[in-house]
Amino acid sequence: MNFLGKLDWNAIPLDQPIVMGATALMVLIVLVVFGFITAKGAWLYLWREWITSVDHKRIGVMYCILALVMLLRGFSDAIMMRAQQAVAAGGAQGYLPPEHFDQIFSAHGTIMIFFMAMPFVVGIMNFAVPLQLGIRDVAFPTLNSVSFWLTASGALLINLSLAVGEFSKAGWWGYPPLSELQYSPGVGVDYYLWSLQISGLGTLLAGINFVTTILKLRAPGMSYMRMPVFCWTSLATNLLIVAAFPVLTAVLAMLLLDRYLGFHFFTNDGGGNQMLYANLFWVWGHPEVYILVLPAFGIFSEVIATFSGKPLFGYRSMVAATMAICVLSFLVWLHHFFTMGASANVNGFFGVMSMIIALPTGAKIFNWLFTMYGGRVRFEVPVLWSIGFMVTFVIGGMTGVLHAVPPADFQLHNSVFLIAHFHNVIIGGVVFGLMAGYNYWFPKAFGFKLDERWGRASFWCWLVGFYIAFMPLYWLGLMGMTRRMQHYDNLSWQPWLIVAAIGTAIILVGIVCQVVQLVVSIRSREKLRDVTGDPWDGRTLEWATASPPPAWNFAFQPKVAGLDAFWNVKHRAQATKDESTPARKYEPVEMPKNSATGFVTAFFAVVIGFALIWHIWWLASVGVFGAFATFLAFSFRRHSEFEVPAEQIARFERAHQAGVAA
Amino acid sequence: MTEALHERAPGDRPSREIQPSAPSEFLVYTIGLFVAILLTATSFWAANTTLLWPGGVFLGLAVLAIAQMGIHLVFFLHITTGPESTNNVLALAFGVLIVFVVVAGTMWIVADMNANMMMPSGEPMSMRMQH
Amino acid sequence: MNIAVAIDQVPQRALPIASEAGPAPKRIVVAYGFWIFLLSDIVMFAALFASYAVLVRSTAGGPTGAQLFNQGTVAIETACLLVSSYTCGLMALAINSRNRLGTYLGALITFALGAAFLTLELREFAEMIAIGATPQRSAFLSAFFTLVGCHGLHVTLGLIWLIVMMVQVAVFGFVARVQHRLLCFSLFWHALDIVWVGVFTVVYLMGVSP
Repeated sequence: MNFLGKLDWNAIPLDQPIVMGATALMVLIVLVVFGFITAKGAWLYLWREWITSVDHKRIGVMYCILALVMLLRGFSDAIMMRAQQAVAAGGAQGYLPPEHFDQIFSAHGTIMIFFMAMPFVVGIMNFAVPLQLGIRDVAFPTLNSVSFWLTASGALLINLSLAVGEFSKAGWWGYPPLSELQYSPGVGVDYYLWSLQISGLGTLLAGINFVTTILKLRAPGMSYMRMPVFCWTSLATNLLIVAAFPVLTAVLAMLLLDRYLGFHFFTNDGGGNQMLYANLFWVWGHPEVYILVLPAFGIFSEVIATFSGKPLFGYRSMVAATMAICVLSFLVWLHHFFTMGASANVNGFFGVMSMIIALPTGAKIFNWLFTMYGGRVRFEVPVLWSIGFMVTFVIGGMTGVLHAVPPADFQLHNSVFLIAHFHNVIIGGVVFGLMAGYNYWFPKAFGFKLDERWGRASFWCWLVGFYIAFMPLYWLGLMGMTRRMQHYDNLSWQPWLIVAAIGTAIILVGIVCQVVQLVVSIRSREKLRDVTGDPWDGRTLEWATASPPPAWNFAFQPKVAGLDAFWNVKHRAQATKDESTPARKYEPVEMPKNSATGFVTAFFAVVIGFALIWHIWWLASVGVFGAFATFLAFSFRRHSEFEVPAEQIARFERAHQAGVAA
Repeated sequence: MTEALHERAPGDRPSREIQPSAPSEFLVYTIGLFVAILLTATSFWAANTTLLWPGGVFLGLAVLAIAQMGIHLVFFLHITTGPESTNNVLALAFGVLIVFVVVAGTMWIVADMNANMMMPSGEPMSMRMQH
Repeated sequence: MNIAVAIDQVPQRALPIASEAGPAPKRIVVAYGFWIFLLSDIVMFAALFASYAVLVRSTAGGPTGAQLFNQGTVAIETACLLVSSYTCGLMALAINSRNRLGTYLGALITFALGAAFLTLELREFAEMIAIGATPQRSAFLSAFFTLVGCHGLHVTLGLIWLIVMMVQVAVFGFVARVQHRLLCFSLFWHALDIVWVGVFTVVYLMGVSP
């Protein structure tokens, strides 16, 4: 029994210059960041205020930072693939050998879905939902911290795979038999499986947290039909998380059992059934894409209503459409494998369901359009992203309905037409929504707006770049090009792929603009300062707080009497010109204590994951014991809350009022 | 704002304020145990009897299993249909729906695919609904 | 206009309906959150049940369920778990009346019955493995060991949890958070018996019926 399992110096891919270069860059960035923090003497501050924080606002920001960092990693994979495909035509092999190219497309999908889109979505829900519900924090604050750090652990493991070992070459779904031990004997698939199991657990816990928060902790007077639409879409999203992620846990666990203990769930021999994997994977996989897009729909509802100066059109139908999508998303999953052997009955049923699910989304689009119609639309940056979404997502949705017809899908499945479709809806829907939400809620989170000019520039680059990058792929798909090709013989495809590469470069410029936007905004933060807490003339309760809100969110628990709770209070108070509101005595507030539980649990999760990947069994046991001990220590703490004194609240409110009056 | 206005925690007994005539909790648990024992014994009998045709055995076992689960939910977990239990029941219903979709969907799809595969001899035929 | 004060003074109904009553008490929040977790756990078991149903005939020339399963053992296991669910209910009564002795007694019997269940199950597994019916033998056996083993793992974790809870009762008494956790334990333990009803019906009884 080797002390370090399968781990030895050969694990570091010294013979692959591109990988070593990327690793070196990653290490350099980490060192620079650590050096910067050390120079500022900020480690204690970071530990006390962020790493051990159980505040939903801080955790939300950390999720978003993780997502934006992983966006850079996932996007560099995209650039590499586009560059490869632009040159590897005819006899040319390009610069990426197949072994490497396969890892890149696998990492690209895995990172973008699990470590960019999911954290970004969960982060924005974390930040906004409790504020919109008029409460001080989520149902289980420490669990919230655990969720974040487990997600970060998964991200860490996947980044480690670049430097130590390899990543999976089996795509972001990991279909057997390719992902079984016989055909993927290396550690790549194990990195994939363990980082997803760990972050999947974090996501599931977050789902439980938010379902409970939204159903049991709303402000007094906020009945279900008075909740902001973003909270409804968050509820649907988290219900989907709770229902779908356990299936992913089960199916990945079965593959792990095959690989580690020689079970026969999906092996070629012993009676294994590979279609069972595909089936169960997509039982999770389809709800997953709705988990990603529903919060984006919610963001658009908030943004469009706010910047049109009108209440959202058709609130009831929005709620109905959201919950319909929630249920329907569980009835369409077979459309991801129409071509894999089911008979016409089965294909027909799921084809029809896939077409039906387009209807509630269509209803939403009309509601947004009717919200803008007759309103005074202010074309701020979040609105630009929203309009870009409406055009782009509709196109993507239509190609989706095209795919929903099984005979058509037999032509299009696994061609780059499919790639174009899902990027169309994920970028046009999810990414544009997240960018709108990012620009919309940034002032609330940090106290100053983002620079508008660079915001517009980044939007236009993303929009134009997206179309130039992906429209050629629709055409190429119809011409017969399949996905994941490291090189190809048909020279007539090359011009289109070069165009696609140019589009990707334009998106890169858009991302650079966003980085510049952030830097410029931080530099000019005094000029961009949000003093009132309500920079956009908002409608929902988060705008009733200072920017950034204090840890306790609201000095007094808000009471709600209707939809758009803040809007009504704002205008009634202005109408009565009630300057001399009777002085209300501020009361002390109980807040949850910070805890290192999340961070320490995640540390042990990384230990367990890494140890299991490399078959270092004693280390894995140490990790399990450590995680259990951490949990035990947490369960035996006597005091879980501390009291914020009334005087501190009063002081904060007085300063905020002074700023508003000025 | 009394607790009665809020919903009831799942697993909590119904509040005495609402239902003063409710039987003692000890009685509820004990009745539940005996009915469950009865149903379980019937399940074992049904699995071994020759009195029922195979399809009947399968159906009977399924019904008895659902009944036993129901006994647990009502007598041990105090799930009721009252307004204070609505969220608990809705969550349960959602869970049951998902379980049904996952199990039935998987069985239907994989059986269908198995039937279309050219199987080497001795491999499983599709799971028929009647046993 | 002080917005913080203004949103506090919005008029409310005198007798609010449940959905307007504001944040629920901690007991309800904790128990409901755990209820949702149980829902997710049941879905995970559903995926394992589905896999079992699909693979039950994939014996790869190896032993079938009818050849391996012993109904007597299963009957005793079922009785153990069912009665332990009952004693867990009695323990809940003791907890509600803050009866320490009753709580410890209920916990002890529940633990003993759960441990008996596990012992029988482990013995069953060991016997199967000894005659070559290992999970590596066929897809059917892989699915069997995973489904039943996952349930057994949950029982094991439940027993560990029960011990920790009794330590917490001894150290902290019947404070609110200990009561909430014990309520969650009851939910967990009853849910395990519900899952077991599914297991013994689908795996053992349907597996051996003619």
